[in-house]
Amino acid sequence: MTVTDLVSYEDALASYDPVMGLEVHVELGTKTKMFCGCATTLGADANAQTCPTCLGLPGSLPVVNAIGVESAIKIGLALNCSIAEWCRFARKNYFYPDMPKNFQTSQYDEPIAFDGYLDVQLEDGEVFRVQIERAHMEEDTGKSTHVGGATGRIHGASHSLLDYNRAGIPLIEIVTKPIEGAGERAPEVAKAYVAELRELIKALGVSEARMEMGQMRCDVNLSLRPNGTETFGTRSETKNVNSLRSVERAARFEIQRHAAVLSSGGTIVQETRHFHEEDGSTTAGRIKDNAEDYRYFPEPDLVPVAPARAWVEELRAALPELPRVRRNRLREEWGVTAHDMQSILNAGAVDLIVATIDAGAGSAAARKWWMGELARRANEDGVELSALAITPAQVARVAALVDEGSLNDKLARQTIEGVLAGEGDPDTVVEKRGLKVVSDEGALGAAVDEAIAGNAAIADKIRGGKVAAAGALVGAVMKATRGQADAARVRELILEKLGVEG
Amino acid sequence: MPGITREEVSHLARLARLELKDEELEHFAGQLDDIIGAVARVSEVADQDVPPTSHPLPLTNVMRADEVRPSLTPEQALSGAPAQEQQRFKVPQILGEE
Repeated sequence: MTVTDLVSYEDALASYDPVMGLEVHVELGTKTKMFCGCATTLGADANAQTCPTCLGLPGSLPVVNAIGVESAIKIGLALNCSIAEWCRFARKNYFYPDMPKNFQTSQYDEPIAFDGYLDVQLEDGEVFRVQIERAHMEEDTGKSTHVGGATGRIHGASHSLLDYNRAGIPLIEIVTKPIEGAGERAPEVAKAYVAELRELIKALGVSEARMEMGQMRCDVNLSLRPNGTETFGTRSETKNVNSLRSVERAARFEIQRHAAVLSSGGTIVQETRHFHEEDGSTTAGRIKDNAEDYRYFPEPDLVPVAPARAWVEELRAALPELPRVRRNRLREEWGVTAHDMQSILNAGAVDLIVATIDAGAGSAAARKWWMGELARRANEDGVELSALAITPAQVARVAALVDEGSLNDKLARQTIEGVLAGEGDPDTVVEKRGLKVVSDEGALGAAVDEAIAGNAAIADKIRGGKVAAAGALVGAVMKATRGQADAARVRELILEKLGVEG
Repeated sequence: MPGITREEVSHLARLARLELKDEELEHFAGQLDDIIGAVARVSEVADQDVPPTSHPLPLTNVMRADEVRPSLTPEQALSGAPAQEQQRFKVPQILGEE
């Protein structure tokens, strides 16, 4: 493999203006496939979710999944698109074993949704409007395993094995118009767009849009033109970029690579490129010559889809609050900075914090636990926050115990640890581990007396006016009570007993 | 009069993974030309007010509820496969060495 020449990002932007096009495929979370009643359950046995229709056997007939169409319309509406009054499916013909029918059922020149936009917010709060060309319905392909080559690659494989469980699962492909004017922020805009789209899809409830599970996949098309010119350059298409970070890295890499080719007098070849997670580079795939001829034609086995206007309006009226609007509202309610809100979003904590507040916690406490102790635990365990074995209601209960003075910070952390370890509800953990703050003044007083008696020299210093030295005695009492005392109260008692003003 | 050239037939044959000899290309180009010519006569009678038809029935919105129906068993699904391995359809090499 040859080393790809790159110029620095700054040098690339000094001479060239990037233009991007993003194509995102979303796998819908329907129970069944797009054109047949086969289940879509993840992790099923190979070829256990197929039927004559999705296997393309003779005589089988497809029928459209109503929820698939409804989801497409919802996505279109949320992206401010027009919804087609009448549209058809089309056959995209190609020979490749990932589709047993030898064609993919898709939409060609009559997408169900078209001409929209999505406003995305960059980390510094700037809003960038991404124009949407279309969103159309299609179906996923089967899963190939390449055997006999190095590390499962198709090159050099002796043969391939096909599992068609995924073939026919509904996909919505969302295509942007050329994204111009982003300049040096192009990679950031690409990432923010995919992130916002993912939030939107999740808010609509049409898919979990988990990129690591392949439920959302992105192709990054990118070209450069000399600064100050209008005509688009030749583009490369980087396929299957499957994390937010990778979207940003792929765009950045291609800007640097294109600039290197162009500035040395070369030409960009229109080709697909593969993205490599390990080092963020791309390598050449298929060259797009004129061999690509899908011979699209209207699918004769499916009748047109003509969404009634009343239905479309009903769906529009039921759209949830858009994620960006909701985030800005919450940011104001919680009184946090745009930067903090971005961290909360990146941590996947927005909904968890909202649920914790709904369960009775104050917003500061809810944020503190999810973004502090729990974020740390999730990070350590390498899981999503939402996957931790603690519910927002349980976090709210811990916060309430702190508020009423039953737990201090340290004990609250131990309580959370117990809940995460499966020891039960916060109250059960407090009970079983004996975590309550010692509030029995008698017991506390005895511990304070003991500490004073055991540290006579320090006690004298305090009596002499060195109030700061009280910390050492507080520490001794906390140790004696195994951290279960209210440190502020202990300090009060010490000063009181030594006859010093705090 | 629309026609189809020998080159177009050759392109179609390649897309359809059909290996045609020179004389076959010649032969089919002639036949396909006749067929296309015959079908093209439809557009002579269809005026502006007749939209192109892709479905003979005046139906729209035929949809089904999102309810799971039984699938084939993997054994049934694979029963017609010329070759299988690990409960999957086994297909010949897709790309050669590069």
